[in-house]
Amino acid sequence: MREPIIGLRKLRNNTFITIVTTLAVISALPLIFIIFYVLKQGISAINWQFFVALPKPVGEVGGGIANALVGTILIVLVASLMAIPFGLMAGVYLAEHPDNKLSNATRLCVEVLNGTPSIVVGVFAYLVIVMSMGSFSGFSGSFALAVMMLPLVVRTTEETLKLIPDTLKEAALSLGAPYYRVIFKVVIPSGLSGIVNGIMLAIARVTGETAPLLFTAFGNDFMNLNIFRPMGNLPLVIFNYAMSPYKDWHRIAWGASLVLVGMVLLMNLLSRWVIKKWKVRF
Amino acid sequence: MEGAILVTKDLKAWYGDNLVLKNISMSFPRNRIIAVMGPSGCGKSTFIRCLNRIHELTPGAHAEGSVKLDGDEIYSMPAIVLRRKVGMVFQKPNPFPTMSIYDNVLAGYKLNNIRLSRQERDEIAHEALQGAGLWEEVKDMLHQKGTFLSGGQQQRLCIARTIAMRPEVLLLDEPTSALDPISSGKIEDLIVELKKQYTIIIVTHNMQQAARVSDRTAFFYLGELTEYGQTKEVFTNPKNSKTQSYITGRFS
Repeated sequence: MREPIIGLRKLRNNTFITIVTTLAVISALPLIFIIFYVLKQGISAINWQFFVALPKPVGEVGGGIANALVGTILIVLVASLMAIPFGLMAGVYLAEHPDNKLSNATRLCVEVLNGTPSIVVGVFAYLVIVMSMGSFSGFSGSFALAVMMLPLVVRTTEETLKLIPDTLKEAALSLGAPYYRVIFKVVIPSGLSGIVNGIMLAIARVTGETAPLLFTAFGNDFMNLNIFRPMGNLPLVIFNYAMSPYKDWHRIAWGASLVLVGMVLLMNLLSRWVIKKWKVRF
Repeated sequence: MEGAILVTKDLKAWYGDNLVLKNISMSFPRNRIIAVMGPSGCGKSTFIRCLNRIHELTPGAHAEGSVKLDGDEIYSMPAIVLRRKVGMVFQKPNPFPTMSIYDNVLAGYKLNNIRLSRQERDEIAHEALQGAGLWEEVKDMLHQKGTFLSGGQQQRLCIARTIAMRPEVLLLDEPTSALDPISSGKIEDLIVELKKQYTIIIVTHNMQQAARVSDRTAFFYLGELTEYGQTKEVFTNPKNSKTQSYITGRFS
């Protein structure tokens, strides 16, 4: 019998640990670099004016992205109002019926929808909403984003509710409570932190989506609060201004990028806080 | 039988195609404690789950036969009406995790959308917690979450939650099997106390427990009721050989 040499084993072990650690560090780098560059390039554009002023024509210095900021918030808000009720209820259904024909079909569709390229969702929204309503609108953008949010909300709701012990439901039903009240008063509250977390991540995910907004929200250089009219939004501002040949517009694009990254980051941090704060102990 | 509150006749239950309860005919006298015993998988849990129709939650489970509560057929009344009259306490304590102790006790009213005045709520909570022997321990922390209590306290909270609805029958599905001996002892004392007001059907693995608390004992084996009688009789002079070998520890 030949004993492996201890020194060699130690060396292998240490090599392995070094490799794993290095790769973990490398995985964290892209985000750090993105934040670094966006901050470096964008911070100079940020001032009070940037948030409250409307864009200025080419050649005039200054101007802001107030319209796009408001537009993004409105579009995402309306998208959430559409996606959350559907997603929540579908998630409840899937968690309650783990294995029947409808739930399996729904689960499959939702999974495929999750993988559908966002530009295709945009084209779909164009066909369904823009064509039939006759104009580009913030609403059609919201619809496209809602379609993208739906699978995320459905899946996180289902996954969260599956972890709620059945005994809670049995206890509630044993008190003579009707099924729907058991769902709303016991099951959903018990999984609220997970569900809210999923919703916030879905919002963070779609806030920066550009492709679905290209042929829907369209963009608008003026302040518009009517969701049924074309609407400015941050991703499109970044897209259009970054593609332009003007230096000052590039600066605005960087500034808008910084705002967008900041919003997404904030949503992510907030969702972590929700998980911690609302955690339910069984 | 005179004074029987619950009577089953030819009750059968299936999981899918699997017959797990075979023609159970029993009657449960009012204000008594009836222990249901038997080896694992004998159908005793299924049996009491059929008595408040909570078995209907299990996919593929269904029951046939007759169960009468005060003369009314339970399978033809709405389940939500039945379950208010036949409460259930489960093996693992399961207080509602989002609710305080106080709200847990009143959960039945909240879930049934029954509006109560502040005073009524306080009275019911006090009475139910007192009834479950928990009042002294929790009276200063009523608005803390129920899940922060110990396992035994949680189980008594679950009993309080059930008796707050003033049911007629209490079903206890191995209520002490997840608890330490001291907590179990408290629950046993409580069960004996509760029979003044309720009819109690308790499923238990623990023969000593059955012998200590129950008035009558039923013995289930492979889905059949093999023996049912006064607890003393069943334990000292079992008629069925299966019961005898179970009680003497020859199988479990």
